Amino acid sequence: MKMKLLNIIFLISYVLLISLFLRPQCCFADYDYIKISDPFLNKIPVAVPVFKSLSEESAGKEILVRASDLVNESLAFTGYFKMIDREAFLEDLQVKGITGPAIKFDNWTDIGAELLITGGVTIKDEQLQIEFRLFDTFKSELLFGKRYKGRLDDQRKIVLRFCSEMVYRLTGKRGVFESMIAFVSTTPGNKEVFTCEFDGNDVKQATQTKSLTLFPAWSPDGSSIAYTSYKNDKPEIFIKHLHDKSEKRISFDGINITPVWVPGKKRMAATLSFEGDEEIYLLTESGKIDKRLTKNWGIDVSPTFSPDGNRMAFVSKRFGSPQIFIQNLDTGVVKRLTYEGKYNTQPAWSPAGVRIVYSGMEKGQINIFVINTDGRDLKQLTRDVGSNESPSWSPDGSLIVFSSTRTGKSRIFVMTASGTDQRALIKLSGEQTSPTWSPSFKEF
Amino acid sequence: MKKSNIYFKIGLVILMVGFLMTVSSCSKKKSRLDPMEQYPTETEISAAGEQGGDAAQSLSEEELEAQRFQEQEAVRIKEAARMKFVDEDVYFNFDDATLTSSARQVIKQKVAWLRENPGASVLIEGHCDERGTEEYNIALGQRRAQSIKTFLMNAGISTTRLSTVSYGEERPVDFGNNESAWAKNRRAHFKLQN
Repeated sequence: MKMKLLNIIFLISYVLLISLFLRPQCCFADYDYIKISDPFLNKIPVAVPVFKSLSEESAGKEILVRASDLVNESLAFTGYFKMIDREAFLEDLQVKGITGPAIKFDNWTDIGAELLITGGVTIKDEQLQIEFRLFDTFKSELLFGKRYKGRLDDQRKIVLRFCSEMVYRLTGKRGVFESMIAFVSTTPGNKEVFTCEFDGNDVKQATQTKSLTLFPAWSPDGSSIAYTSYKNDKPEIFIKHLHDKSEKRISFDGINITPVWVPGKKRMAATLSFEGDEEIYLLTESGKIDKRLTKNWGIDVSPTFSPDGNRMAFVSKRFGSPQIFIQNLDTGVVKRLTYEGKYNTQPAWSPAGVRIVYSGMEKGQINIFVINTDGRDLKQLTRDVGSNESPSWSPDGSLIVFSSTRTGKSRIFVMTASGTDQRALIKLSGEQTSPTWSPSFKEF
Repeated sequence: MKKSNIYFKIGLVILMVGFLMTVSSCSKKKSRLDPMEQYPTETEISAAGEQGGDAAQSLSEEELEAQRFQEQEAVRIKEAARMKFVDEDVYFNFDDATLTSSARQVIKQKVAWLRENPGASVLIEGHCDERGTEEYNIALGQRRAQSIKTFLMNAGISTTRLSTVSYGEERPVDFGNNESAWAKNRRAHFKLQN
């Protein structure tokens, strides 16, 4: 974390607004390029020509292509944008230059591009500097420009920071570019927790339990992962700090599973069975019991909380089959949320607060559904492609990560919140399950 | 003299009894059988012992042979009972932790075994089939193990001898993707603990 923070501070300190076109920053918010309601059906066409070398000792063509490709891939990942094939381009900016006056915008609107991103790369004294410009091609104007400086191996970081800034300016929300995903993989021969970046890059093994390890959950600041492990031959909860590697244990008699943090409350919640019945408890962050939340004979499991921490959705078998319920933590009132189907589990409350995504089983096939917290607007997001489980929202609520057996073994997949653009995230040996998206590290 | 004669006779009897006890305790050491079952054998040896000679020796050898066979048989029966206790799983219906009548029959035999073996402690593992989701299945497996624990406690087995763990759908015995495999995986398994 420290290294990451230092790097980020390092980068931020070098960020300079390009003042070629003087535009006051407040105006950017006026653009309504991306309709948040359903932005994935009308993707914005974006053109990203290969970046131009600006230094006298010219940057290698590889770096230029790699940087511009990375912008393409990262923006395409969000589901908001349609990246235009470079084969279609009418104009060569390598020759003409990357600033506003050099660009003939008709050449870009003609191929359907609504946005144009140009980049210039300077390499000097083992330092990498990339300047980006985002143009509105129809208005022929610069929306914003930024210059980033870092070490030579910071290329990916720089590109992602630009993409993050661009999405923030177009949507008003931080995207997924500074987030991570934790998941379970059988790669080492047993189930362990792994982490990767938002797009599946940089896969790392986070636990070394050499036993059955399940259900990772991120702390609200992204510094810790809680998980369930059988390393002492029973399911106990461990909270692992990712950077100082310290670990806490929560262990009561019976099962200790599905740990999760409660937003804004300095509390955790988990399913425990030490009273002879599987119930959900509120715990202090050091693992002591604060209070029992569910009071019903019958399995209660898998808590997830509204962003304000005042309401909890969970799975209960109280009416015979597992269904999702919502409990108001102040009043204690419990309402049933799901009525369709006989097996609805794994709820996850959206960061925007109005939707709950969950998995439902019918005829042995598990699929992913979303429903409003008032029970309206039920929508099925996956169908006819193996079993699809464990949905988890990206921190901006625009994407959903889940596991799917559609290609045989269970793999991690990503789709937009509308269910479009479903694709595999990670190529890794073994089977991958239980993905869970981190908060955005940009916030810290 | 009379008194001393009586004392002499009493002494002889004590010696005799002592000798007999030594003989019988020797044969006891060799046998792990119930002393009640062994008792008639002891008298015969002692009767032969008074006559003296090889007949007694060969007789006792025959008896020991029989005893050894009985011992082995008893060990075999005991081991078979232990194996049955450990190998015979209790099965459940889908998404259900209640004990069916056939499950109760199996558990009643477990109760009998636990009564005969008061030193044994047991871990009851709850398992599920692969259908359904992992989190819920760990809760369901726990509930299955707990159902059996409650049944055993009600039958008078001390709670200190019983512990539970759930593996949910993580440890199937049959990796098949069909009802017969699922039925085998929806189970409680018994493990003896030291």
